[in-house]
Amino acid sequence: MTTPSVPDLLEVTDLRTVFHTARGDVRAVDGVSFRLAAGETLGLVGESGSGKSVLGRTVMGLISSGPTTTVTGSVRIGGHDVHALKPSARRRLWGPEVAMVFQDPMTSLNPVKRVGTHLTETLRRHLHCSRTEATERAVDLLRQVGIPEPARRLRQYPHELSGGMRQRVVIATALACDPRLLIADEPTTALDVTVQKQILDLLGSLVAERDMAMLLVSHDLGAVAGRTDRVQVMYAGRTVESGATRPVFAAPEHPYTEALLASIPNLAHPPHTVLRAIEGNPPDMARPPLGCRFAPRCGRAAAGCTDELPLLVGVPGSAGVTGREVACHHPVGLSAPLEGNRHGR
Amino acid sequence: MLAPEPIAVRRRDTRPVLLLTGALLLALGLAVAGWAAGTTVLVTLVRMLVLVAGILAAIAGLGRVARGVRGKPVDVVFWLGMTWLVLILGAAALAPLLPLGNADDSVAGLTSPIFAAPGGIGAEHPLGTNNYGLDVLARAVFGARTSILVALMAVLIGTTVGGLVGMVSGFVRGTTDRIVGILSNALLAVPPLILLIALGTVLDPSIRSIAFALSLLTIPSMVRLARANTITVAEREFVLAARALGAGRVRLLLREVLPNVVLPVLSLAVVMISVLVVAEASLSFLGIGIEQPAPTWGNMIAEGQGGVMEDHPYIVVVPGICLFLTVFSFNLLGEKAQKRWDPRAAKL
Amino acid sequence: MAGSGTAHLRTDRERSLVVDDLVVEFPVTHGTVHAVSGLNLDLLPGETLGILGESGCGKSSAGRAVMQLPPPTSGSVHLGEVELTGLKAREMRRARARMQLVLQDPVSALNPRRKVKDLVVEGLEIWGWAERRRDTFVDELLTSVGLDPESVREKRPHELSGGQCQRVCIARALALDPEVLICDEPVSSLDVSVQAQILNLLEQARERYGLSMVFIAHDVAVVKNISDRVLVMYLGKTCEVLPSDGLERNALHPYTRLLLASVPSEADADRAPAGVEAAPGSKAVELPSPLDPPSGCRFRTRCPLATDRCAAEEPRLRELRPGQFVACHHPDPTLADPTLADPTLADPTPEE
Repeated sequence: MTTPSVPDLLEVTDLRTVFHTARGDVRAVDGVSFRLAAGETLGLVGESGSGKSVLGRTVMGLISSGPTTTVTGSVRIGGHDVHALKPSARRRLWGPEVAMVFQDPMTSLNPVKRVGTHLTETLRRHLHCSRTEATERAVDLLRQVGIPEPARRLRQYPHELSGGMRQRVVIATALACDPRLLIADEPTTALDVTVQKQILDLLGSLVAERDMAMLLVSHDLGAVAGRTDRVQVMYAGRTVESGATRPVFAAPEHPYTEALLASIPNLAHPPHTVLRAIEGNPPDMARPPLGCRFAPRCGRAAAGCTDELPLLVGVPGSAGVTGREVACHHPVGLSAPLEGNRHGR
Repeated sequence: MLAPEPIAVRRRDTRPVLLLTGALLLALGLAVAGWAAGTTVLVTLVRMLVLVAGILAAIAGLGRVARGVRGKPVDVVFWLGMTWLVLILGAAALAPLLPLGNADDSVAGLTSPIFAAPGGIGAEHPLGTNNYGLDVLARAVFGARTSILVALMAVLIGTTVGGLVGMVSGFVRGTTDRIVGILSNALLAVPPLILLIALGTVLDPSIRSIAFALSLLTIPSMVRLARANTITVAEREFVLAARALGAGRVRLLLREVLPNVVLPVLSLAVVMISVLVVAEASLSFLGIGIEQPAPTWGNMIAEGQGGVMEDHPYIVVVPGICLFLTVFSFNLLGEKAQKRWDPRAAKL
Repeated sequence: MAGSGTAHLRTDRERSLVVDDLVVEFPVTHGTVHAVSGLNLDLLPGETLGILGESGCGKSSAGRAVMQLPPPTSGSVHLGEVELTGLKAREMRRARARMQLVLQDPVSALNPRRKVKDLVVEGLEIWGWAERRRDTFVDELLTSVGLDPESVREKRPHELSGGQCQRVCIARALALDPEVLICDEPVSSLDVSVQAQILNLLEQARERYGLSMVFIAHDVAVVKNISDRVLVMYLGKTCEVLPSDGLERNALHPYTRLLLASVPSEADADRAPAGVEAAPGSKAVELPSPLDPPSGCRFRTRCPLATDRCAAEEPRLRELRPGQFVACHHPDPTLADPTLADPTLADPTPEE
């Protein structure tokens, strides 16, 4: 999918986001790297505390170094190093280069502004078009996101719309300046089941039509399974496994991915099937375990796991084809430990 | 890349630099303030500006010193305020035991000089005397006793009554709530000073009746706060969960609601103390509070009327500063408490 | 109206909970919210009934009305032999303790100012300890829900994780030895890995204490996993009642089928990426307002099969297969789209 000569739209290299809190430094994102090309959709999955949402926001540049936060590593969007830019220059990226859809459409829309105002403001700021032009484009955008009677909706306030409708407005706002990269942070979590599907369908077809790249951050494995080309599984701030979506879900290499998939109730199983729960709780990110972060909850953990942090390395056999990578001393599908992931802590 | 990199240290100043600049700033500020207070070279307005500038510089200096010592930023103003509160509350509590001058015996005062200028530490009258020859320092300390006692009593009555009424009406809702709402709104609609003057003319000017009158000022706002918090808490799921366990109303109110309402109410109570200290001072200033020669800060300030203040500014300045610092400190404390305890600010 | 009827009630059996014609309405500024309109259900001893529906379908209001928190607008609830509606306050509280409620957000369901050791025995403090000894009982309770007494006993809710808080809530409910446990979205605020722990725990508790359970949730797979029988609700009405076994294949009501088709899965990737206008189901359809629900069948505004009859006449629950009751005028079994019902497509997990 990616040709080496064309630089990828998004390049994230060894990104770390550390929050300085009263309880100590929380390493929410701890050395994550990935690339994303135009037209491609990458899913970031993980449970709460895995750092996936912080990662999304750091990529966007919404989280950057400051008095309580330190960001290291680099994020390049279309060649611009997001965290090296001045805040004003970074704001100019938001809209034409990268846009974000947030989880809760109620709080990401300003309740005292009309739907139209949300859209036209963005359009006029970035594209410098006139009021009438902006309104025309706004109607067009609402139509593109499947909102019936767009002209009437422009004059309504967010509270007059249903949750699904509001999320469509949020998506329309994000699309206003034709971004090349869309970051969707749990875009369907606050919505009803039947509406979730509509919104995911909408995002999928928009990405296809516009040749955008999308970063889909979600805890919903089902949603990520059906909507992404590649997936990156996060646990405790680190990537534990990545690769093309279908093989990762069909034959997970990392014990965490495997356990996570097995713990979801499955419609195909008869009622009262005992679920294979992952015992314990995700680690406290202010005091992460030494070695592999998942070792304390892992069924395959051996002595070495608790003191050596496994690196993300290519899985032999499939490497080069799908770019399958796993960070584990004892991957599920392999009997022998992987070469190259040993590294003193 | 595996070893965690050290987090960049954002503080540029090292500890010795902080201590040195802080100490210099503190000394300079104090010197400027002291000079401005004592000098007669400048016009009053300029003197006041220089004095304030000196004090601010001293506080900033102290802040740097504290940061140098503790290694992290310290809210110096808050701690200065708390020091003042400890001092004034301690002095007020121990007033009869302290070696203070004559505060309220105007017969004995006949033998003392009247309007003696402040003599400073060690003198017979460190802060001077008033027109009856009574010692201003002693009067300020005994005045604190009265002022703070009245305010505390009033807040205690107001918090208890207002808190309980507000909690019950917020929990029961319905007719009770409507009646309580009308009553507390009616009480809020009467201008406080007029209410106090009216009560002052009816009640005898004792500490107890003034405290009672002042508590009427606090009750409506306490009712409102307690009611609003109760309504919020009563809608939370743990109250529903307790009802599902079969808990009755009294238990719900005492075990589930009260512990979650008491802290915000207490933090408002602290702010109320400072409001009531001012209210008591206003009453005494108008001559309908505690009567002379018994001292309160209000009636001490009132002594400055009729040209006295122009000739003997300390008569007004001493109680005025006491009042200012006390009110300021209680407000700081209340604000801190609200930040810490108000459930809307910090959702537990 | 979309889905009333009592055909699915099992009057010939011994039942631990019977709900008859339950109606819940709330007055609001501009009218009345019809949260639940005539719900009938029954629960056999040891049975788990799943109530499935989206937000606003009235499933939570129904659960609370069964607990009489607050009492329903009309309708009756029988717990064993006791008719709950119209009981005196004290008897009502006692009867309520025989049912227990587990709520969605375990952190806010626990009083933030109290410790775990007090929270778990809250019910016993209200109703008396019988012959139990406090110190040992607290530890037994905590252990029975998989918590380590030593480490959690002295903690307050905000010091625990969501999953641990939900365990405390379940322990507190079990302490009163209830007959019926009503779980209102007990796992939807939890992480996937913790969700499985809690579902397993509820299953164990049901077996050990012989509980009957009403399990309210929006997640089809979760409801199927834990339930014996599933009742699907839409806008305050019953759409379908069916055995959970084979639910994904057998469901006949168009709404149940829509819910099943909405379950995100890997199969979504196989559908050709269509244009927005063309993509099926991508056109936004607003949920009707519960202030003014549609006439006849309440689902008709979103139903692909709706006809004039659906607007005029309310379908009643009919038994279309043994044990499966559907309230629909057009429950065409050929509707069952094989791609939607194919379990392997809805399954991201490889079979071992």
